[in-house]
Amino acid sequence: MRFLNRSAGRLSRHRRTPLAGALVLVLGLLFTGGLYSAFSPGASAGETNTTAEDIQSGKELFINGCSFCHGQNGEGVLTASGDQYGPPLADVGAASVDFQVGTGRMPLVQPGQQAERKPPVYNEEETLQLAAYVDSLGTGPAIPDESNYTLPETNEDGTAFDKEAAISRGGQIFLTNCTACHNFDGQGGAMPRGGYAPTLRGVEPKYVYEALLTGPQSMPSFSNGNLAPDQKRDVIAYLEATDEQPSYGGFGLGSLGPVSEGIFAWIIGIGGLVGFAVWIAAHTTRSTRSKTSTAVDHGDLA
Amino acid sequence: MAATPKKPAKVGAVANWADERLGLGGAMKKNLRKVFPDHWSFMLGEIALWSFVVLLLTGVFLTLWFDPSMAEIEYQGSFDPLRGVEMSRSMASTLNISFDVRGGLLMRQMHHWAASIFIASMMIHMMRVYFTGAFRKPRELNWVIGCLLLLLGTLEGFTGYSLPDDLLSGTGVRAADGFLKATPVVGSYMSFFLFGGEFPGDSIIPRLYTIHILLIPGLLLGLIAAHMLLLVYHKHTQWPGPGRTEENVVGFPMLPVYAAKAGGFFFIVFGATAVMGGLLTINPVWKFGPYDPTKVTAGSQPDWYMGWPDGLLRIIPGWESTIFGEPISWNIMIPILIVPPLMLVILMLLPFIEAWITGDKREHHLLERPRNAPTRTAVMVSLMTFYGLAWAAGGNDLIAIRLDLSINQITYFMRVAIFLGPALAFYITRRWCISLQRHDENKLLHGYETGVIMRSPEGGYSERHLPISENAAYTLTARDREQAWTPSQKVDENGVAAPGGRLDGIRSKLSTLMYADNVQKPTAAELEEAHHHAEHEHALTAALDGHSADGHQFDGHHAVEGENLRGDH
Amino acid sequence: MSIQPDKPSGEVAKVSDPLPDPGLPAHTWRPTDVDEGLAKRAERQVAGFFAASAVFTVLFFVSYFVFKVGDDWDVTGGLGASTVALGLTLGLALLCIGVGIIQWARKLMTDQEIMEMRHPARSSDEDREASLAALNVGLEESGIARRPLIRNSLFGAIGVIALAPIVLLRDLGPTPSQVENEEEGLGLEHTIWKAGKRVVRDVVGTPIRAADLQIGDLVNAVPDGMFQLEGTELQVQKAKAAVIVVRMEPEEIVPGPGREDWSVEGIVCYSKICTHVGCPISLYERTTHHVLCPCHQSTFDLADSAKVVFGPAARELPQLPLSVDDEGFLVAQSDFTEPVGPSYWGRGQ
Repeated sequence: MRFLNRSAGRLSRHRRTPLAGALVLVLGLLFTGGLYSAFSPGASAGETNTTAEDIQSGKELFINGCSFCHGQNGEGVLTASGDQYGPPLADVGAASVDFQVGTGRMPLVQPGQQAERKPPVYNEEETLQLAAYVDSLGTGPAIPDESNYTLPETNEDGTAFDKEAAISRGGQIFLTNCTACHNFDGQGGAMPRGGYAPTLRGVEPKYVYEALLTGPQSMPSFSNGNLAPDQKRDVIAYLEATDEQPSYGGFGLGSLGPVSEGIFAWIIGIGGLVGFAVWIAAHTTRSTRSKTSTAVDHGDLA
Repeated sequence: MAATPKKPAKVGAVANWADERLGLGGAMKKNLRKVFPDHWSFMLGEIALWSFVVLLLTGVFLTLWFDPSMAEIEYQGSFDPLRGVEMSRSMASTLNISFDVRGGLLMRQMHHWAASIFIASMMIHMMRVYFTGAFRKPRELNWVIGCLLLLLGTLEGFTGYSLPDDLLSGTGVRAADGFLKATPVVGSYMSFFLFGGEFPGDSIIPRLYTIHILLIPGLLLGLIAAHMLLLVYHKHTQWPGPGRTEENVVGFPMLPVYAAKAGGFFFIVFGATAVMGGLLTINPVWKFGPYDPTKVTAGSQPDWYMGWPDGLLRIIPGWESTIFGEPISWNIMIPILIVPPLMLVILMLLPFIEAWITGDKREHHLLERPRNAPTRTAVMVSLMTFYGLAWAAGGNDLIAIRLDLSINQITYFMRVAIFLGPALAFYITRRWCISLQRHDENKLLHGYETGVIMRSPEGGYSERHLPISENAAYTLTARDREQAWTPSQKVDENGVAAPGGRLDGIRSKLSTLMYADNVQKPTAAELEEAHHHAEHEHALTAALDGHSADGHQFDGHHAVEGENLRGDH
Repeated sequence: MSIQPDKPSGEVAKVSDPLPDPGLPAHTWRPTDVDEGLAKRAERQVAGFFAASAVFTVLFFVSYFVFKVGDDWDVTGGLGASTVALGLTLGLALLCIGVGIIQWARKLMTDQEIMEMRHPARSSDEDREASLAALNVGLEESGIARRPLIRNSLFGAIGVIALAPIVLLRDLGPTPSQVENEEEGLGLEHTIWKAGKRVVRDVVGTPIRAADLQIGDLVNAVPDGMFQLEGTELQVQKAKAAVIVVRMEPEEIVPGPGREDWSVEGIVCYSKICTHVGCPISLYERTTHHVLCPCHQSTFDLADSAKVVFGPAARELPQLPLSVDDEGFLVAQSDFTEPVGPSYWGRGQ
């Protein structure tokens, strides 16, 4: 009879444990970690038939929105101590503007911090006008055409293009040049002093191409003299191919490597098994009734 | 058991046949109904044992397809993005197991999850044994065997996850090469002997394979057998309680209850591993690609159990000194070659250090609650804090990116915390345990808090305390009364202390320190005094003692006739 | 009872003070013990678990044959169907057996706790004496104490033969000095870089024209001829000769003493192998010219001879002196002037 109340006490204690909360959290992590938003190729932005009006409207937008940091004519602004407040834009080119403004990184919320991807402030037309204006200030890479970052169907001689080989080649280039910062699955990684390499998942191919071309923020550039256009195209093809790849082994745990695996081994593995152990050893409900005779003879081993 | 007339004929015949050849009757008589106490924390070691069995089973499956060779081939399997890439046969066969063998990826993932759980469960089992004092005489040697199992398990894990020769594990092997080279005098020789020449060579994977599937599993099996034999010989420890003494062991017999619970738990561990292997990706080598010394990925980390030396490796400043014109790499030696072996030695010596300090040479079969050994508990929490901080440092890049922090600041913080944290944890844990002891003492002397607030005629409020049950009181007092070790005053005729005097002094001081602030259980006189006081109090409030008004019958401390909370079942 | 210092061993601790041991509480019965109907229900429940297990095992077989792997995986909800289905069915089949057995034990097996007495770990005094006597007789009969010559020479022989395995393991690998002079580029102190060797892009193997690189570019590169190597040789050389090439404004470079002409128009080249434990390192920030190691976060300043600015590395990355050949391609002026990678004993000579 004593057992009855004791087990009741236990039950209520269990209800109060934070285990349930942790479990919910873990399940949440599991699902968010495994799901990624579908990848939609960006709209084509190859048409760069810029007109004088485009440049003029771009200039007006620029003076209103950008000149505070980058100067009236994109010459850059220095702080009192001689550091760059906003860098000069004479030779950054249209690709850079399209990337920075199109991904919402520019305008910056606050100078000095790392530019984050956020909803763009300017619409597509305004972005192109800004790009046209900045492009007119000097030299610099143009906005890539869709053919730059999509695998062709045929080679120049008309034979079928070996897409699989291109993807495989792109994977090797990716693992050599990109994974060091962006992680083996393009999930991003930490950089010195609070900086980070952003995720590549869900980034439109055009922006990947522009980022490679121009090296935004701290990222080194992979100009055409460094990484040939075809190689950039192959990297993008690899990223797209792996994006569509199923998660063969179940949920991906965020593709962060052994750290997240270790956390899951402890929380789900050990947590779950200890839960089972508690259940196995827990006292079962007791009855107030008693049995008059025992059927089994318990050998006394004392 | 030899055939008895009671047994059914068939069983009897088999038993007779076996006993006439093996003489099992004698051993079975003692062991078939051997008693094992029941408590959830006694099953943590079982998780380790069963996950080891899962490792053996899944491991054998993997060996059927795995090819531990570093010969380069061009991958032509069914995983498109790597087709045409040069890789070692071990990587190619790992991809083959993952993509072309049905259930192969499941077995790989089960093997890897089971390995993580194997080592994690060994650690929590070890914590349980330490925190409850189960390592004390006569079980010190089993503690040492357990420490060796933990070491071997870790090495087994490292050799295992290096086998696929993928980019991530290859980076780990390369770091291991750096560790070997940092060994003074013989470092580069050790590296050349292990790798069969210059890193990476073509020998390391086959060699690790032999170590992984033969050498270490053999040692593990032997030590596990010794561990279990000693467990059976010593009989399991038990929690103190009514009828549970140092001289007996109370629990369920091996056959049938314990065998069923242990056997059932095996299936549960196996099943849980299978569910994890099926649902959660672990070590997706196809994403890393084959090892290539020029490639690397962000978030290059070892498996979790190697994470803490890796963390130390991350937070150590760039210390290197020169001796005889040769470099001494403190920035590698301290985190890898000095601290982890030292930690293992400290772990193995803990039972002996404690026994020396306390001077206690008795056998102990009753467990102690962590609160009743505040210093011991605090020592382990302090070691765990050190481990945990080093472990967190091993994931500093992921902490930085997830929590928007700077790697540099985390590193600076860890450099300080790794020293302050354990000291702070020691202090807090010790005081915490002592306050819990005070709480227990209060319960013994003044009863438990009923939650019933009484208003006195004068208008003051007080909470009503009621005495705890006889069994609960006994359980609380069923522990040692501690006394600090003092050297026997042996002084010769000239007044000179006997040899060993200085060491005795240290020992005596440590012993005092260990027990100084502990709350000892009340003496019979103190209990008497307190109960007398309580009765007096009780008499004053007796008039208010209506039945079922104060609700204390549902607090789990008292059984109440005829009032059931949950019905009969 | 209090602990007496140095109590004789073998004695067990006493805890029944100040309260006497009330003894084991009386056994209470479970509902299934006293109610045959409930026991039957529990029996059906346990059998139900076992039956469910068999069903899951059948589903496991079905999954094995139904879900395709290889070239054309079946996918459900973005996950590999075969792995998930096999894992879930196998796992549930096993869990059902486990849970069924545990329920059987908890609800139906007799749950009366029984007691067994302990015995001290030590053996009895008689046994000890008998063992000791036997040991002494044995040793006496062997004469090992009386004939120290035999004893000592045996120990000596065993001591010497114990070295045999160590000698046998000698051929695990060559010594560093044996490798050092064997062939060009072998050993800890050399790579296949040499004067006039072109710097080529990793993976694709194309040479790099200095004029093609822009400010801020990072190239992961290897020496020309790397991809003519195969197998182990390729891996060994890649592990030492990999470099990173970056271009910055020439005036930003602070050349080390004697390294004034090691860069070409702001293009500098450093070993990619971290000097801490040897991870490849290429997390480059074009704005600060810092490069970070992803393994242990050592940070080097490529504008200033790759000096360590943060982290556990103790030495700067070795720099490869660059120049251009007649066609304008980047070439090495020589091999590295110091061994690449982590420190090792013997590096100082």
